[in-house]
Amino acid sequence: MTIEITMPALSPTMESGTLSKWLKSEGDSVAAGDIIAEIETDKATMEVEAVDEGTIGKLLVAEGTEDVPVGDVIALLLEDGEDKAALDGAGTQAAEKASAAKADDSASDDNDEPAERPTRPAEPMIADEEEIPAGTEMVKQTVREALRDAMAEEMRRDDMVFVMGEEVAEYQGAYKVTQGLLEEFGDKRVIDTPITEYGFAGLGTGAALGGLKPVIEFMTFNFAMQAIDHIINSAAKQRYMAGGKVDVPVVFRGPNGAAARVAAQHSQNFASWYASVPGLKVVAPYSAADAKGLLKAAIRDPNPVVFLENEIIYGQSFDVPKLDDFVLPIGKAKVVRQGSDVTIVAYSIAVREALAAAETLAEEGIEAEVVDLRSLRPLDLPTVVQSVRKTNRCVVAEEGWPVCSIASEISARLMEDAFDYLDAPVLRVSDEDTPTPYAANLEKLWLLSPDRIVKAVKKVCYRD
Amino acid sequence: MDSRFLCNRIYILFLLKTGRLMAKTSPPRSSKTSGSNAKALPEYKASRDEMLDFYKQMTLIRRFEEKAGQLYGMGLIGGFCHLYIGQEAVAVGFQSALKEGDSIITGYRAHGHAIVSGASPKSVMAELTGRSGGIAKGKGGSMHMFDPKAGFFGGHGIVGAQVPLGTGLAFAAKYKGTDNVVLTYFGDGAANQGQVYEAFNMAKLWNLPVIYIIENNQYAMGTSVARSSGQQELYKRGESFGIPGKLVDGMNVLEVRAAADAAVKHVREGNGPILLELKTYRYRGHSMSDPAKYRTRDEVQTTREERDPIEFIKKRLLEDGAEEDMLKSIDKEIKDEVSEVADYARNAPEPDPSELYTDILVES
Repeated sequence: MTIEITMPALSPTMESGTLSKWLKSEGDSVAAGDIIAEIETDKATMEVEAVDEGTIGKLLVAEGTEDVPVGDVIALLLEDGEDKAALDGAGTQAAEKASAAKADDSASDDNDEPAERPTRPAEPMIADEEEIPAGTEMVKQTVREALRDAMAEEMRRDDMVFVMGEEVAEYQGAYKVTQGLLEEFGDKRVIDTPITEYGFAGLGTGAALGGLKPVIEFMTFNFAMQAIDHIINSAAKQRYMAGGKVDVPVVFRGPNGAAARVAAQHSQNFASWYASVPGLKVVAPYSAADAKGLLKAAIRDPNPVVFLENEIIYGQSFDVPKLDDFVLPIGKAKVVRQGSDVTIVAYSIAVREALAAAETLAEEGIEAEVVDLRSLRPLDLPTVVQSVRKTNRCVVAEEGWPVCSIASEISARLMEDAFDYLDAPVLRVSDEDTPTPYAANLEKLWLLSPDRIVKAVKKVCYRD
Repeated sequence: MDSRFLCNRIYILFLLKTGRLMAKTSPPRSSKTSGSNAKALPEYKASRDEMLDFYKQMTLIRRFEEKAGQLYGMGLIGGFCHLYIGQEAVAVGFQSALKEGDSIITGYRAHGHAIVSGASPKSVMAELTGRSGGIAKGKGGSMHMFDPKAGFFGGHGIVGAQVPLGTGLAFAAKYKGTDNVVLTYFGDGAANQGQVYEAFNMAKLWNLPVIYIIENNQYAMGTSVARSSGQQELYKRGESFGIPGKLVDGMNVLEVRAAADAAVKHVREGNGPILLELKTYRYRGHSMSDPAKYRTRDEVQTTREERDPIEFIKKRLLEDGAEEDMLKSIDKEIKDEVSEVADYARNAPEPDPSELYTDILVES
């Protein structure tokens, strides 16, 4: 049977090309791999190899022809022993057949919108439940201790959980978060790594692919920049690219956000970077109880979780419920102060600043409701909207840069979902839009503060 | 810089320019010709059936990839598509040395590895055409395909990323107390990524059961090893980490298998990682849109004629008394199978639009 040679697609973007040169003439025999023509694509001049053996029967497109569409028949090849008579009328027939076939094949890849766009399934709603049963005994604990206990409890519960990072074992943690773990679990499960973030973030992700549940500690998230390719390209996307065939149950945790007097490279908040990536869960708790309940949830979660802690609040004490297994749902915000005049949305250390601001505001007769997001992806917008429906005003406080931030996201989403309930524009209060300065006075000017939150609240309440 | 060294370099350039010294660009014909560490490796003593199996698997990959190239030309496969043609002996030889529970991981030139690890050719081709019958439901494409049940962990599009990932799989194998090994494939291009050496260091530090396989096909996209690597004997790249290395002729499936057996034994017995450099060659461009102007037509042609891995095993089979007709009928069967695979991949339905939103997260 006559073999049709069609204009090939030779790049991801090529739709047509120029047939620059024929390197074979009619009557020439060709073997698979022989170059038969040169074609100029949108990227380069490419040599086209024959795929089949035979004799060139007919060249249908002349040298130098421009804009030959991909898929058009450009030549006919006679198979061994085939007669030239087979070519009679074959050109037109072939061309017709080819365009019909093309129409058939490309029926679905035209730029047409699908007849009906699928609806994105709604985020699963997390019911408002009492997180801590009434009457539970509370103990004072620092965030640091709560995080350590969370890891220890999960390690006791599941042999597949291990902790890996720089100085996590013998040194007991650069910030002492992993204190005591080596002693209890041994060096098989509490592993000091070399200084090799890119390497151990990848190794941890690979270990998760292999069925383990790694807790990968970054000494700080500043150093995770070296490893962000594995967090995003390897961990976050693997499941989707595999059509659901793999699980990547890895936790990347460590301190994030402004530290104290360490200047631009060691003092910054990456929350919005990670929160923008589908395939990740992102958690940034404030209190010790939330840190404990959410880290336990993160370790059990079958998805990759970025768990953002804060160095400044590691030593702060909170009430933590004395329960055998205190786990909180990822994706649920929490109203941490009731109020009726304005909603202040915050997460991580900004919750502390928001609560301080609320105290000052109360003295002036403004009752602020403070919502601690706790999780940044999935984001619990319903809880924020519910509060704004009540207060009709909102300020988002964030210890981080203002541009493309979590605050920007909250602000935009309130425009979409709560516009009719707003009596004033949503305001964002954040760190200044500059690198973190070293000098004490400049750093203070740069950083989010309760004072700035108070000012913004007064503005949305028209009390300034 | 040492002035003597500079003089030597100028002298060598002079010799090159005057043609008195031939620049050696083509790969060594066998491992015997290069490297002090590259003693002649023994060949695996394969039975006729084993040789036939190698022949079938390599031919299947070759025909599959040629067909993929054709479908790409017809616009049925989109994006980047990197073909394995020429390198078949590497994946086939290594896979035959593995046992249940062992796993493999590779980069973006993944179709051959997926097939030899047990993925059905139909599901691989349908992945290339972006159809629902694809191994990743059409959501991964040529560079990202996974079959964890078959021990195949991708399929990774970021050059070199699979090396720490593979090292992590090996960490998991050891942590669980198994004696399984992990083959971590990467190319001569990836061999210059920093994360490869971060992984080497940890693999040796913790004695992980990983076999690093550099498929040196001589060109990182358009940049030859000579233009990209200070130390061009890539099998020595593990030495400063305490990882032993060997050079292997990647066009000879029997040598590949023998090297694989030795490496698997070394690693399975708890001796830690090992590095093998497989000298191989890709006949096609880096991807479908690569005009391959960085090498001569003659270089490609000579390799095809003199070192083709399929012709090699075919010759051995004929010398062993296999009938040419039988090989021809195998060829025919494979050609028919691949036609059927292509028909399936062309006609399978596209993923349901609702698939856009699935497999992002799994329910806790």
